[in-house]
Amino acid sequence: MIRENDTLMVGGFLRCGTPDKVIEEIIKNKTGQLTLIANDTSYPEHDRGRLIVNQLVKKVIVGHIGTNPETVRQMNSGTLEVELVPLGTLVERIRCGGAGLGGFLTPTGVGTIVEEGKTVMELDGRKYLLEKPIKADVALVYGSKADRFGNLFLDGTTRNFNQVMATAATTVIAEVDEICDKPLNPAEVTIPGIFIDYIVK
Amino acid sequence: MLSKEQCREIIARRIAREFAQGDVITLGIGLPTEVANYIPHNRHVIFQSENGLLGIGAHDETAGDNPKIINAGGGAVLTKPGAVFFDSSTAFAMIRGGHIDATVLGALQVDANGNLANWMIPGAFVPGMGGAMDLVVGAKKVIIAMEHTNKGTPRIVEKCTLPLTAAGEVDLIVTERCVIEVTPQSLLLKEINPLFSLEEVIASTGARLAIDNRLKRWELPEAV
Repeated sequence: MIRENDTLMVGGFLRCGTPDKVIEEIIKNKTGQLTLIANDTSYPEHDRGRLIVNQLVKKVIVGHIGTNPETVRQMNSGTLEVELVPLGTLVERIRCGGAGLGGFLTPTGVGTIVEEGKTVMELDGRKYLLEKPIKADVALVYGSKADRFGNLFLDGTTRNFNQVMATAATTVIAEVDEICDKPLNPAEVTIPGIFIDYIVK
Repeated sequence: MLSKEQCREIIARRIAREFAQGDVITLGIGLPTEVANYIPHNRHVIFQSENGLLGIGAHDETAGDNPKIINAGGGAVLTKPGAVFFDSSTAFAMIRGGHIDATVLGALQVDANGNLANWMIPGAFVPGMGGAMDLVVGAKKVIIAMEHTNKGTPRIVEKCTLPLTAAGEVDLIVTERCVIEVTPQSLLLKEINPLFSLEEVIASTGARLAIDNRLKRWELPEAV
């Protein structure tokens, strides 16, 4: 389901709420030339950080690379393109991508290098940057529990980017700790099952 | 001469007295995180984290290798009564939307116009801005926690030479030597650590300082 040159969204904040097993399968299959959209590039020995170490990624779009020296090394040697995006802007770009919106105006980044190449609009005396939506071929998300309808419950701080990424890709694969036979309590569903295409345990 | 640890403690202790009852606060990684250790016992404040947690408690000693509840630095944490989990989109709605009363962040440089540079040194240090750009723009009060100089080189300058995190958003600078308020007219020196003379503070600052008429000297030994 994941092919060379795909744009891949991967949920998780550092190691928290990451779809580890699916990532290991990508590494096993050596599916390369990927564009990775994520909160960060994690650590060299863990989850999406290992996609970088195994040189399967040609470009990352993330907010933070400081915990993965290998990302920095490949960036400096010119083999990895790094687009750094303020995290609030990144998550909103993904949300727009999944919510059918054409973009949004944010004050974040005004007067900084983030502004370069972007439309600046002034409304009611305040400057904003026009930021555009972003989508992916495949999103890999994590869930603590799933039911047979694809509904997901995400525990603790594992929600992070998983929740919006589930809305913004052509194919959405959820890796979960537990698949429940009984439907989840509707009040406890974090991500509605209609956003999920496949569940992996 | 203060050690690095003493400097950090002085800064964290001073900032911890800056908050009002009920304030919602987001702390940056590193020195700013230490502020949480010194909040006065009778002061109820709520710590928010950009990875999706409001009501951060103490470090969770019992958490295993891959905890399900972390702070923005990746450390396992406990939750306080009333805590809430949410996704990153909601976290940044809080941050950008003006729902955070104060943020405390580190800095590489701060300048006379309240510009902040804290996310990269071109060619040398490029960790990424993470949530810092959103925090600085969105929080009601931006407090900078940093050692006064970088091995003698002033961090408070007339004009930042490093890439900015945000323009004109800093409200207060707290170092081991002093407290400076960023006003539309000037950098106003409000408080000074009596271990340092006024001349020393001025000489170690790369921007012109206005001296508050009611310049306050910290009471020691609280500060050391």
